[in-house]
Amino acid sequence: MAVIKERSSDKLFNIINLVLMTILMLVILYPLVYIISASLSNPDMVNTGKMWLFPVDITLEGYYRVFQDSEIIKGYGNTIFYTVGGTLINLLFTLPAAYSLSKRHLLGRRFLMLFVTFTMYFSGGMVPTYLLVRSLGLMNSYFVLLINGAISTTNLIISRTFFANGVPRDVEEAAFIDGCSPIKTFLVVVLPLSKAIMGVMALYYGVGHWNSWFSAMIYLTDRAKIPLQLVLREILIENQMKAEMMAAGEYVDELLLDAQVKAASLVRYAVIIVSSVPVLVVYPFLQKYFDKGVMIGSLKG
Amino acid sequence: MPIPVIVALMLNEVKQIRYKKIIQTVTYAPHFISTVVLVGMITIILSPSTGIVNFVLKSLGAESRYFMVEPQSFRHIYIWSGIWQNTGWSSIIYLAALSAVNPELHESAVIDGATRLQRIRYINIPVITPTFIILLILSAGQLMSVGYEKVLLMQNDLNKTTSNIISTYVYERGLLKAEYSFASAVGLFNNVINFILLIFVNGVARKFSDTSLF
Repeated sequence: MAVIKERSSDKLFNIINLVLMTILMLVILYPLVYIISASLSNPDMVNTGKMWLFPVDITLEGYYRVFQDSEIIKGYGNTIFYTVGGTLINLLFTLPAAYSLSKRHLLGRRFLMLFVTFTMYFSGGMVPTYLLVRSLGLMNSYFVLLINGAISTTNLIISRTFFANGVPRDVEEAAFIDGCSPIKTFLVVVLPLSKAIMGVMALYYGVGHWNSWFSAMIYLTDRAKIPLQLVLREILIENQMKAEMMAAGEYVDELLLDAQVKAASLVRYAVIIVSSVPVLVVYPFLQKYFDKGVMIGSLKG
Repeated sequence: MPIPVIVALMLNEVKQIRYKKIIQTVTYAPHFISTVVLVGMITIILSPSTGIVNFVLKSLGAESRYFMVEPQSFRHIYIWSGIWQNTGWSSIIYLAALSAVNPELHESAVIDGATRLQRIRYINIPVITPTFIILLILSAGQLMSVGYEKVLLMQNDLNKTTSNIISTYVYERGLLKAEYSFASAVGLFNNVINFILLIFVNGVARKFSDTSLF
């Protein structure tokens, strides 16, 4: 095709579009930058509103305190355990199930699919699930966070569609003719071709485990087992609300905030960063899989 | 709901590949922040004594307000923070649909003298309409069970008039007060309503367009 000269109206469109996208990006970025800067600044500056974009009077005190706090460290360890273990269990169950459901010659496939899809819209709900966990004797045990929700229906359907459309059937047939059993075909031939979906699934499940707090809150009573997000909830929301209520009641001037509040605010910003960084660092590396994995799976599903 | 569509349409027009990648990475980021951290950030930023929003209000001469306990602010905080968190992520699926557009369509449109806006209007928007409808139907099925984790975290005694939703009510009655049978019934009833909504919206979609879920 011959190059057609761009119209001036299109050029204008381009510029306006770029400007708008940049504004959008800045709006989304601002709260994140604010928190990062606040975590590095002197709390006096932050609490009096003198810090609004770049860190003022840089200090690492907040991070120092976070790594001194045994509750946070313990929670961090627990979260890593739940995330790694839980995600492995998720993948172990989801991928083979999705693969077999993607095969047309599977006996009772239609029925099984209906059965699976049904749970997307009708589940027992919060209370029956709680009662089930309780009568299984899983209360206050590590397993409940690992096993509960081992397969997410949405993810199962996404992977199934990927296996059905994303893996060329000729390859599987060739493996079969060469004498591979179905299980060996899956492990040796199909899985290496499915890195995209594995990456996306690991990310979905992993982020889910990392960020989950609700099931930990209702099932775990032992403080030694609680994940990071629950510790965060106490530091960030409950304590903060309490402090505000007190301040509001007694009309404390913001300049008179005592040393304790100052220290707490330092920890608050630092702990947000420390808890979110692992996920935020990992996902850009998996971003290239989003196109392939998510698209193939969800668009046709 | 329509904001991710607009973002996807605009992002699709950004021709600088590297810049597009950067925008994508940045706009996806909030999606990976946990609900606890998100609500924590909201609490910090809206804090009446130390939050940045109230410093701006004060410097403009307004009174500082405690947004987190105001019933009338709850909906705004909930919705706008949701948009902040999920716009970029939800636009992925539309971007995918847009990348499936046959480039020949655009080429011939250019030869026929169509402007960028006309090409968006007559090529890109029709392409993503089916995706939009499907997602609309699916979200109708979840209308009655909005993200209760976030609501639960944002809830306090003072804003309960607007922040109490079915799921948090089920949690309160069922798990905190141990009224298992009553709470299960409420939950099941909620499911039934969701299902009816799903069927209804699906029927409407089938009637007025060619796309429907089943």
